[in-house]
Amino acid sequence: MLKRTPLYQNHLVLGAKMAPFAGWEMPVSYPAGIIAEHNAVRNSAGLFDIGHIGLIKVVEGENALSLIQKAATNDASKLEINQCQYSVLCNERGGVIDDILVYRLPLFYLIVANASNADKVLAHLKSINSKAAVSFYDNFCSMTVQGPRAEEITGCVLSASLSGLKHNRALWWRDIIVSRTGYTGEDGFELVVSKREAAALWDGFIRAGVLPCGLGARDTLRLEAGLPLYGHEYDEETTPLEAGYSWAVKFDKGDFAGKSALEKEKKEGLRKRLVGIEVAGRAIPRQGAEIVDSRKLKIGIATSGTFSPTFKKPIALAYLTPHTPSPTPIFVSIRDQLCPAKVVDKVFYKRVK
Amino acid sequence: MSYPAELKYSKEHEWIRVDGKVATIGITFHAQDALGDVVYVEMPSLGKELAARQEFGVVESVKSVSSLFCPVSGKVIERNAELEKRPELINSSPYESGWIIKVEMSDPAELNKLLSAADYQKTLPPAHKH
Repeated sequence: MLKRTPLYQNHLVLGAKMAPFAGWEMPVSYPAGIIAEHNAVRNSAGLFDIGHIGLIKVVEGENALSLIQKAATNDASKLEINQCQYSVLCNERGGVIDDILVYRLPLFYLIVANASNADKVLAHLKSINSKAAVSFYDNFCSMTVQGPRAEEITGCVLSASLSGLKHNRALWWRDIIVSRTGYTGEDGFELVVSKREAAALWDGFIRAGVLPCGLGARDTLRLEAGLPLYGHEYDEETTPLEAGYSWAVKFDKGDFAGKSALEKEKKEGLRKRLVGIEVAGRAIPRQGAEIVDSRKLKIGIATSGTFSPTFKKPIALAYLTPHTPSPTPIFVSIRDQLCPAKVVDKVFYKRVK
Repeated sequence: MSYPAELKYSKEHEWIRVDGKVATIGITFHAQDALGDVVYVEMPSLGKELAARQEFGVVESVKSVSSLFCPVSGKVIERNAELEKRPELINSSPYESGWIIKVEMSDPAELNKLLSAADYQKTLPPAHKH
């Protein structure tokens, strides 16, 4: 039986196309379609139900910070109250259990995990300290408003002034945790709201004219921004160093899960590295498409690929062997045809600030 | 009208319009709706001989890729070149401007194995019966 967020009925009313995702029945797109939803976020604003995402509460106390420090790669001791930090949970081999966002709130830490990994993240935290006060933040769910008009619209719907809220900072507004964070490459806000009030808040945004956007647009937006998705760019055999997230691995903060494996890889060299790929023509390299060199030797594999609505051409993320020199001609095998391609910066889209 | 009565349909969600020995082929309203925004159509070369139910190309949407199957045997005599520039015609006009290929049929008796509009609609999930 698939789980449903508190916004399930709202999606049906809006005519969403629903599909299973990580054990949840989620909206993939609405009648506007993925491209129109994507463009709304780039040019105006879009509203997403991310109620499937795992919210885990770690109660403040002397154990809380020490637990997070041992469990995750980034340095949570640097967090000020109401600040958010991207971090990674690794197994002892340095492979990624999940990538997370850690919020330091006035009374507790909130860990935001991928829907597919929420149970695993909770188990990982408990394996490090079985006595820690760690639990799902059960009565709450998330939604997000993303796009250049997000500040104006979210401020208007909440009757709050958000202009002073900086990137990766959070505030409590009534019973809502509002953070200036997101997964689209745009400015935006993620809202953690009680499940009872979620539908009314969602309707408020719809009435304000924000276009509802599904997981389809969420995927094209994060891919253009070069952001990794678990199950594609990350898995338990891939390290954060290989994905280009060495900035979120702080070796000088003390011991943490996966540290020695990651130190070893840093010293001996990466086994693979994540790059952006652009392909000539319109065929799309999907996850699993092989990358070969001019001698047809396999040098990598695509992890995500789509048609970029912003650039109107196929783009992909791929892992290449670290020895591939950048100017080498490369090809992507798509349905047994070798399509000429080139390696590019994996951040295809950068917002003009 | 989402499923014109004058067309024949395949279980694989292609439609076929017959004019003498020439069959025009495209994908149904349901197929384009399930795919979402179409961004690329891969079509066979002209003159290619296709057997009934043989794969002849793919339609890619933002989200997924789907194979195209030729409902009847025959030779490819025309491709919709407009789709190279405007693949979204498959969404906006699945039965007219969004046609994909024309085939000169080698065995028109195969048409008897295809579905009528009414029978095709019975194969669809309830939400898609219009």
